[in-house]
Amino acid sequence: MTETNYLLRLLKDFPLVEEHRPWARRIVDFDAWMNIIEVLAVSDWDFLGLWAERQTQDNDRFQIHMSLRDAENTTVVVITLPLDGLSYPAVSGVRPGAARLERVVADLYGLVALGAEDMRPWLDHGRWLVNHPMAEAEAREVVPFGYDFLTADSEQALHQIPVGPVHAGIIEPGHFRFHANGETVVRLEERLGYVHKGVQALMEGKTVQEAAKLAGRLSGDSTVAHALAFVQAAEAAVGIEAPPRAVWLRAIMAEIERVANHLGDFGAVCNDAAFALMLSHAMTLKEKLQRMSHHVFGHRLMMDRIIPGGVAVDINKEAARHIMAAAREVRKGFQRLSDLYDDTPSLLDRTVGSGITMASLAHRFGTGGVVARAAGRAIDARKNPGYAPYGELDFDVPIEIDGDVHCRLMIRAAEIKESLALIERFTDGLPTGPLTRALPRHAGEGMALVEGFRGEIMTWLRLDADGLVARCFPRDPSWFQWPLLEACIEGNIVADFPLCNKSFNCSYSGVDL
Amino acid sequence: MILTSVLWQVLQTLIAVLAAPLVTGFVRLIKARLNGRIGPSPLQPYRDLARLLRKELVLAGNASWLFRIAPYFIFSFTWMAASLVPSFTTNLVLIPTADMITLVALLGAARFMIALAGLDIGTSFGGLGASREMLIASLAEPAMLMTVFTLALLAGTTAPARIIDYVLAGGVGLQVSMGLSLVALLLVAIAENGRIPIDNPATHLELTMVHEAMVLEYTGRHLALIEAASMVRLQLYISLIICIFLPWGISQSGKGLEGIVLGLFAYGGKLALLAAGLAVFETVIAKMRVFRYADFLGGALLLSLLATLVLYVSEAV
Repeated sequence: MTETNYLLRLLKDFPLVEEHRPWARRIVDFDAWMNIIEVLAVSDWDFLGLWAERQTQDNDRFQIHMSLRDAENTTVVVITLPLDGLSYPAVSGVRPGAARLERVVADLYGLVALGAEDMRPWLDHGRWLVNHPMAEAEAREVVPFGYDFLTADSEQALHQIPVGPVHAGIIEPGHFRFHANGETVVRLEERLGYVHKGVQALMEGKTVQEAAKLAGRLSGDSTVAHALAFVQAAEAAVGIEAPPRAVWLRAIMAEIERVANHLGDFGAVCNDAAFALMLSHAMTLKEKLQRMSHHVFGHRLMMDRIIPGGVAVDINKEAARHIMAAAREVRKGFQRLSDLYDDTPSLLDRTVGSGITMASLAHRFGTGGVVARAAGRAIDARKNPGYAPYGELDFDVPIEIDGDVHCRLMIRAAEIKESLALIERFTDGLPTGPLTRALPRHAGEGMALVEGFRGEIMTWLRLDADGLVARCFPRDPSWFQWPLLEACIEGNIVADFPLCNKSFNCSYSGVDL
Repeated sequence: MILTSVLWQVLQTLIAVLAAPLVTGFVRLIKARLNGRIGPSPLQPYRDLARLLRKELVLAGNASWLFRIAPYFIFSFTWMAASLVPSFTTNLVLIPTADMITLVALLGAARFMIALAGLDIGTSFGGLGASREMLIASLAEPAMLMTVFTLALLAGTTAPARIIDYVLAGGVGLQVSMGLSLVALLLVAIAENGRIPIDNPATHLELTMVHEAMVLEYTGRHLALIEAASMVRLQLYISLIICIFLPWGISQSGKGLEGIVLGLFAYGGKLALLAAGLAVFETVIAKMRVFRYADFLGGALLLSLLATLVLYVSEAV
């Protein structure tokens, strides 16, 4: 790939930031940034994230960071553009997944993405007391403003269906605006941000330990994965590695979380096709795992069990037996459920061919996780770039190619089986040794990519000289999955939306930050 | 004679409305048990209705008079229809006044009112539900009428009580037409009551609703009436299937009190059996796509047409 090499060559000329680990961060100038955008248009590098930072030590000037990955060479790179003013060239033209991140940067910092197509506010619903809370934060009058939803033109008479933010079921708040021609969806637009908590600002100035707790609360169902991404970034920033036993225990918890959530999703998708039987049985299995987690790790969701430098809880022989027993039981129970799914034609009729996502779109949006793997995009942060202890093990990353609801369920089913095997292997071969290592307090920059149950979580972290968090950007996988949901529902019928939505199961809280 | 038939008619009318929540509660209980849950008591629907009746009525600002009167019409039409289906005796005073076509018309009128109410409020869900309901109705009503015609041709009457007399007299034998009509009526009953696979009465997903979408804006006693009407309708359809296809045990005119008691027990047993069958069916099947409704109900229409045709062919032979 010549253009890939070109991008690498282009970056080589720019200064490398010493204390950024484990991957390179390079500071580029305006022309190089423009060049990179041009090269991205024709290269297959994955877009991983975009965020801004205010440099208090440098006249409060701003800088924009963008992280990219060359999947072929397993290279991850962070590119930084220091800004003189309040604008930067938009990336969303070539990587549409960046669009909402650029809008967030505009809301939080007041920085304008030049050339971006969509300049509407995203997180800011007009209810904040200040403008640009992470920059100057000028007080303002609270006047909630309307939102210009995109329109759809057609020769047929279209109608709008507004859904949410308050729903009939107990789910997170989000607004969906449909343009429909009878039952057929012409356009869907999402409006999120209702559960904005200001996590990024809250983290600033906190100790790593406090910030790890915040990271674990970004999205409750993937608390382990978010905490893991945060502590890996923190450990990279100060240049230590967690002891082997802690690394393996973390992996056990991460896999338990993956299995539990996949079980819940598997049942919930079937329940949205009014097949309640599957949900009841899947939830029974999930409950078994969560009770086991409570018994062994002291928390049903294993919140705050992963701490910077190691883990907060050890397991003994008896606990290991508990884990093994639960894994066996879930495997046996789930086999019956997956047989039931295969033997229910009325259910398959709903899932096969509904909500098709295309691999090309998944790539353009940088989508990872179940959604991407169901569309034939083999991407898993555990393999690429890979992190301990997965590097030492050989395991399968299941792939399907059709990208419909059925494929997403099949991926979940295969991953449940694969993760159960991993849990048993990790528990079996658990190394001995200490649980934690002390974290030195000094400046540093770290980054981590961790595969949560939804997809890869990217966390970037900068620590100041006192070892406090100067800036942290946790990027939930849902950032790049939500836009794909908008695309995949087009041409489907309105009544199939809940099914497609549940098969994605994107996080609201994770992207509302 | 007239006096007893009036008495039994009053009892029949009361059963049609008082037992209906129990039937719905029973179906829910069986479904919960099949799903591995304990489930609420079968009496829960009574408590729900009592709660709704006590609650304050909240009306949308743009609700017209139509929205306010619709629940009363929906409930009374359905109740009236239910009192016309003989459940435990055929010795009812209203039998000669109304036949199966009246029944279909009454149910159609109730549906018309609920769809109007759904549209009246002007929300997108009301419109969505009303349009889906009309799609289902346009397919289900012809199938229902064809079934009625088949039975009428067989028995020479459209009055349910006379059809029962005919069936019980052994005039039917093993009729292919009856079998086809039974399947057609079962499919129509599932669609008309908004059961899985056509509609999911327990869903919280606004976008997939049919019946529930039309009544989303109703509260208090209005909602209680509409909920009660759906319960009455479910029992009505089960009773209709029982009285035409499984009439054995029903008390015919001329039988005494023991006949009535036997009829009541037989009715209760058959009701429970069919309700349990519905629960099992709903547990093992997923909801179908909206555009598959036409296949499902088109099948019902074809079966009922076939039933009529077979009847003519067999008569010719």
